[in-house]
Amino acid sequence: MTGPEEDPAPSRPGRRHLLRAGGLGLGALGVGAAGAGLDRSLRDRAGSGTEAAQPDPAPHGEAVVPFHGAHQAGIETPAPASATLLALDLREDVDRDGVLRMLRLLTDDAARLTRGEPALADTEPELAAEPASLTVTAGFGPGLMARAERKAPDWLAPLPAFGIDELEERWCDGDLLLQVAAEDPLTVSHAARMLLKDARAFARLQWGQSGFRRSPGVVRPGSTLRNLFGQLDGTANPAPGSEHFAKVVWIDEGPFAGGTSMVVRRIRMDLDGWDEADRGAREAATGTRLDSGAPLSGGDETTPADFEKVSANGFPVIGEFSHMRRARGVDDGEHQEIYRRPYNYEHAPVPGSGLLSESGQVFVSFQADPVAQFLPIQRRLDELDLLNQWTTPIGSAVFAIPPGCAEGEFLGQAVLE
Amino acid sequence: MSQHSFLPSAARPSRRVALGAALLLPLAACTSGPSGDSVSDGGGAAASDGGGALSAEGLALVDPWVKAAEEGMTSAFGTLANDTGRDLQLIAASTPSAGMVELHETASDGSGGMSMQEKEGGFPVPDGGELVLAPGGDHLMLMDLPAPLQPGDEVELTLQCEDGTELTVTATVKDFAGAQEHYEPEGSAGSGASDAGGAHDGHDAHDGHAGHDADTDPEDGAE
Repeated sequence: MTGPEEDPAPSRPGRRHLLRAGGLGLGALGVGAAGAGLDRSLRDRAGSGTEAAQPDPAPHGEAVVPFHGAHQAGIETPAPASATLLALDLREDVDRDGVLRMLRLLTDDAARLTRGEPALADTEPELAAEPASLTVTAGFGPGLMARAERKAPDWLAPLPAFGIDELEERWCDGDLLLQVAAEDPLTVSHAARMLLKDARAFARLQWGQSGFRRSPGVVRPGSTLRNLFGQLDGTANPAPGSEHFAKVVWIDEGPFAGGTSMVVRRIRMDLDGWDEADRGAREAATGTRLDSGAPLSGGDETTPADFEKVSANGFPVIGEFSHMRRARGVDDGEHQEIYRRPYNYEHAPVPGSGLLSESGQVFVSFQADPVAQFLPIQRRLDELDLLNQWTTPIGSAVFAIPPGCAEGEFLGQAVLE
Repeated sequence: MSQHSFLPSAARPSRRVALGAALLLPLAACTSGPSGDSVSDGGGAAASDGGGALSAEGLALVDPWVKAAEEGMTSAFGTLANDTGRDLQLIAASTPSAGMVELHETASDGSGGMSMQEKEGGFPVPDGGELVLAPGGDHLMLMDLPAPLQPGDEVELTLQCEDGTELTVTATVKDFAGAQEHYEPEGSAGSGASDAGGAHDGHDAHDGHAGHDADTDPEDGAE
């Protein structure tokens, strides 16, 4: 009998192919966000002569992001089109043993679903057939660490209150975070529900947030997301697959080595108010050109900003209060960096509100140390940022993301055992 | 989950590959297997009367699981795949997690519903074939549970075939809303039970279900 280990993926004749996922166990760093490019090359290599001329009628459905590896998938993985974030609160009677049993069940579900197989006892196995680059990423809140009788990282706590915040409890905190993301919302929906069913005996849903990015094949892989203001959002990100990314994101020592921290902020965006701002005012607020994303000091999206440049009138070209200058910032001679992986959200407005939409961003950032990296940025934005006129944080949560797990292990095993 | 052997990410599990994975499952439960390919259990061989030892090699219960239950009875499922080279008849099953195990089939009760009953003589599992044990169909009925079976628990199941072949596997306990076929044990005075009826009745861990369901569905994404 041929063991599965003798059947390496690239030689399989099937159309199922690997997308890289943050170099998980593949040693394939450096491919970066060009996931679809790799996807295509693998398919061409695998295709036989008869197949080669036929375009794949469903090129995204069977794409698999490896679940196991040194880091969890869903962080360095190119952000797919659709995501649902679930924050769960442990039931009062769940002890350390219960936490571990829950994580074993959820890990098994995630491992199966991400490779396009039904979960164990899946009542809709057909909905698991197209993994569509599905990733499931788990994060722990302070409550889970306490219940599992393990010390939480010092930084694992709610963010301090900011003056701009209008936080609603229903969008805040949580003991366990599950980020479920794929190139297809139906795949995300099924995976999220399956995970919730297996978590139900252990935890209640505290909040769920869904968001969207561009559909696969619409823009070049690796393109910066446009948010609902039309702004390119995330240009300053370190490149996935780079050493720079590893330095910014991955924790390098202690039980969480290979993990990271995740900040989730639900940011309401006042699109109806934004409509009142003309293009000049919008660009003054962001500090960038809306079309190219270039800094107002010139160049293209990736040109470093010249914060010293002044206009003929002697004013800084990139305004003192612009989002770009405030978000970048330098404290104590150090330029803090984070990796942004946000999703847009848009819902029907509350009837009678007069609004056209309830819109915003599920802001997600990963950084090795949120206190040292995220907080200084957020403090500057809180003090001054012209964009604050149109943005309001209404939810906030911080999670510790354990490293990835190997086959046969459960998520968080390195941290909790 | 240590009892599951995960396939490589890119592998589409053909039946044979899935079987290969499943064969790795019971290693923790039986030590006589020299490799991941064998699940032979010494007990099965010893039970046969001195003839050729009947190895369970080639026999696997793929994806075994048990419905969680607080008390009373529940049921176990999985796909029994027979690649032993001989026809088998599953005649009994046992587990330390239940006082008694019966082999059950589910049939129409004549009034539009389904009911289940003990399968006389057990289930045939022809060589190269498989027996699907699933909610709403044939299953193992675990009765007289000495302790609650909670989600994430592991249950050791031993299957016995007529020719002495024995297979022991580790099954995962899952929270499962279905598998509620009506069951009326013979001789009972009509107070029928359903499979694992205890799992959802009076189970404290399920407080909040009502609210939960309403809140579960994440908001609709924008279309």
